[in-house]
Amino acid sequence: MSETSSLTDWTRATAARMADALAAGEVTSVELVQAHLDRIAAVDGPVHAFLHIDAEGALETARAVDADRAAGVSLPRLAGVPIGIKDVLVTKGLPTTAGSRILEGWIPPYDATVTRRVREARMPILGKTNMDEFAMGSSTEHSGYGPTHNPWDLSRIPGGSGGGSAAALAAFEAPLTIGSDTGGSIRQPASVTATVGVKPTYGGVSRFGAIALASSLDQLGPCGRTVLDTALLHEVMGGHDEMDATSLDEPVPAVVSAALEGAAMDLTGVKVGVVRELSGADGGYQAGVTQRFEESLARLRDMGAEVVEVSCPSFEYALAAYYVILPSEASSNLAKFDSVRFGLRVERSTVEKTMLATRAEGFGDEVKRRIILGTYALSAGYYDAYYGSAQKVRTLVQRDFDAAFAQCDVLVSPTTPTTPFKIGERIDDPLAMYLNDIATIPANLAGIPGMSLPSGLAPEDGLPVGFQILAPAHEDARLYRIGAALEASLAAEWGGPLSAQAPELEVAQ
Amino acid sequence: MTTMTYEQAMEEFDPVFGIEVHVELNTKTKMFCGCANEFGAEPNTQVCPVCLGLPGAMPVTNQKAVESAIRLGLALGCSIRESSRFARKNYFYPDLSKDYQISQYDEPTCYEGSLDVVLDDGTVVTVAIERAHMEEDAGKNTHVGGSGGIQGADYSLVDYNRGGVPLVEIVTKPITGMGDRTAEVARAYVATIRDIVRGLGISDGRMEQGSVRADVNLSLRPKGVAGESQDDVPFGKRSETKNVNSLRAIERAVRFEASRQASLLLAGKPVVQETRHWHEDTSSTTPGRSKEEAEDYRYFPEPDLLPVEPAREWVEELRGTIPEHPAKMRARLREEWGFSDLEMRDAVAADALDLIASTVAAGTSAQAARKWWMGELSRVANDREVALAALPVTPAGIAELQGLIDSGKINDKLARQALEGVLAGEGSPSEVVASRGLEVVSDDSALEKAVDDALAAQPDVLAKIQDGKVQAAGAIVGAVMKATRGQADAGRVREIILQRAGVEG
Repeated sequence: MSETSSLTDWTRATAARMADALAAGEVTSVELVQAHLDRIAAVDGPVHAFLHIDAEGALETARAVDADRAAGVSLPRLAGVPIGIKDVLVTKGLPTTAGSRILEGWIPPYDATVTRRVREARMPILGKTNMDEFAMGSSTEHSGYGPTHNPWDLSRIPGGSGGGSAAALAAFEAPLTIGSDTGGSIRQPASVTATVGVKPTYGGVSRFGAIALASSLDQLGPCGRTVLDTALLHEVMGGHDEMDATSLDEPVPAVVSAALEGAAMDLTGVKVGVVRELSGADGGYQAGVTQRFEESLARLRDMGAEVVEVSCPSFEYALAAYYVILPSEASSNLAKFDSVRFGLRVERSTVEKTMLATRAEGFGDEVKRRIILGTYALSAGYYDAYYGSAQKVRTLVQRDFDAAFAQCDVLVSPTTPTTPFKIGERIDDPLAMYLNDIATIPANLAGIPGMSLPSGLAPEDGLPVGFQILAPAHEDARLYRIGAALEASLAAEWGGPLSAQAPELEVAQ
Repeated sequence: MTTMTYEQAMEEFDPVFGIEVHVELNTKTKMFCGCANEFGAEPNTQVCPVCLGLPGAMPVTNQKAVESAIRLGLALGCSIRESSRFARKNYFYPDLSKDYQISQYDEPTCYEGSLDVVLDDGTVVTVAIERAHMEEDAGKNTHVGGSGGIQGADYSLVDYNRGGVPLVEIVTKPITGMGDRTAEVARAYVATIRDIVRGLGISDGRMEQGSVRADVNLSLRPKGVAGESQDDVPFGKRSETKNVNSLRAIERAVRFEASRQASLLLAGKPVVQETRHWHEDTSSTTPGRSKEEAEDYRYFPEPDLLPVEPAREWVEELRGTIPEHPAKMRARLREEWGFSDLEMRDAVAADALDLIASTVAAGTSAQAARKWWMGELSRVANDREVALAALPVTPAGIAELQGLIDSGKINDKLARQALEGVLAGEGSPSEVVASRGLEVVSDDSALEKAVDDALAAQPDVLAKIQDGKVQAAGAIVGAVMKATRGQADAGRVREIILQRAGVEG
């Protein structure tokens, strides 16, 4: 490490600052990567955000970027800034498990489109982040490789399924990570770790190479510690891809300029809708969560926004519909894990018995639970009552959103009803676990974009509270404008990003 | 239990049948990925993450396959749905890489059509088509050891080259009232489908390679009581005989199943609703899966693909590309060309209609075109064991060759030599004639000299001709042809001989 950079703890910097420092020659990519590898070595034992570290690969990319920069080659904005990738994305030559034992040791022969775009952006890939098995869960406790711990309190969950990606940010192990959001798997972990996470409009980011949970709900998205960082990564990931038939054929929304605009803290003329059904007005939300939410609303008003209340009555059925559609699609998507072509194989006397034994051993309880639910819901004679009805609810949810967005530019709510709960607290109560996603699920059912960003710590437990912003489809930029404004207003009070206030982790020697 | 013949069965019962035909499309690439769609490559060399069903991979619909499916639907008189969807058919099998097949379920792209089928005696039967939908093919399992079946095999290999190959499945409505012509109608229906897909150019239509495959459903019901409508008699339990892969086998499978079911029914035993396997060697079927064990495929709309929504104008444009019905086209061509029934049947059987038509279009008479393709060229194709169309000569080339004969530049014998050169890759007929020096010698001074030489060698011939034995000239013609290595214009040679004899020809 050089003299100058050793004075700075680069792991604490934002990705935007790192990019500027790289461009200015203040620091090299190798130094940034090494600083993060050192940090991972120091804290990831207890946090367990990563399933796989690719130190050599990351350093190799960093060296190449540094050499090109020295040679005066023009480079992408985030070239040389390290990143962590959720293990749901396939990475050529790097182990990819989706958090499941059934894929232990599998090395994909190809890159996901988003992986390719990250490589094209010349970002060193630090490794693959932990997740609930096949993204089924809200706590990362369902990972086949052990849970991730919340850096704010190691006895608590970091959210899920993308707990690894969120915890890596909160523990300063990576400045940027990639997540996937099927019912809140980006936003809920962001909420409980005081980081920022965005689920883009469905089709805004290619799903090609993302191991599918529920194809009609899944969306990849960017995670960072600030709104601007998240926007920078969004622009790397987004855009049309002919390998994904559901990919939108339109330019990536101008989210970076929206974030910069929002930081000016002027929301004059913006109409913000509070969704009655998601605001905790009917009870069930932790007091500190409601309190921080109300304060954030006041900040939006102070910056010139008009806040109105809207109602989305069919959201009452959203959770139920979601837990029919998701398992149905998942039961089909997970059929391919049959031991024939890749992954675990538990040999038995016939191919049917081998398939059964492999799936019995390779899948965890939550995955089995959802495969059984989905298989049942799609069965002849039950299809109309379950899958058919759920699709109708989905249409109603979309109509509720349409009606709400006719009255306002964005909708807001607390991201989760509570601050992070204790590891083990809800593991035997799937329904209590599912309730975590009550506020995040409607966006997935409707395909609209959503963001979670920090809105403070709950007074009663000192743990992070998240603020959710939802926008109409294709209007991802609105999230960043409003989000950046709120972030700037809060930072002015806190003297910087909330993530900086996370307690110091004990550093391994 | 007495075994009934097909004819006896038809006396006693009223057959109801339906046919599902799978047509493998000949698109360059597979249905949902960019892999080559070619028959016969080394196992697992035409595969990618998508058709191998690797984690994360996603399908993208091949628009050319959609076009082929719509054209086929239009040729079958189907309506084309403005918005149709793909669906997943879920079942576990090693040759099905994703353990679901992307197919179409409640919203097929082509539906409600009808097809006229012409039987050998000219009778026209109209078959109602329920649907024609797109789907992907599965891979192929090979069981090693034991009897070659999955039971008792030492191990099994899977080749995914065929996995993801585009198929169109055509399903008929139940066909009733055919009586003892059932087997014939079944065969003629499949033959017509084969001819249509070939005519459209959307499939090789080669049953022996599996590019057209048929499943035959058949049931028997009692013949109704006089005065009551047969339509009111409920259908019997049906069998579904899978993978009947030749026209002859279609007919035989229908006959076998009718006899088998009739024998059971007459013995008071039930027919089991089941799938059955066809055995070409014994011309019989054996039970497969029974309906009680039938799988629940848990169909649901494929979320990775957008609906198929062909623009109306495009569909109308495609409608303009549909060739006429094969039977109607044959009747018209037979008339235009003046072929006998036998000549026409042979040309159809040899798959030569298009070649003859193109040759005729290039200016050759129909009979001359037929003689080339059904004679010399069929012989060469047979020797080389290739299809006529695969020979390295075009209809235009044959038309050029025939033009050289018609203009007297070459004779039939030289034309065969020229063709040999063309097939050997020496160039066009004119080029081969020039390079091999095959042109007929009609230069009188050269011919006169050759005739005089021949007459000198056979001095008695002139006298014979002058005595009225004009046929004696043949010996001199032969000698001149030999001397000129066949390049003399035989007619002109004969004229010169007669002149020398002082006789008019």
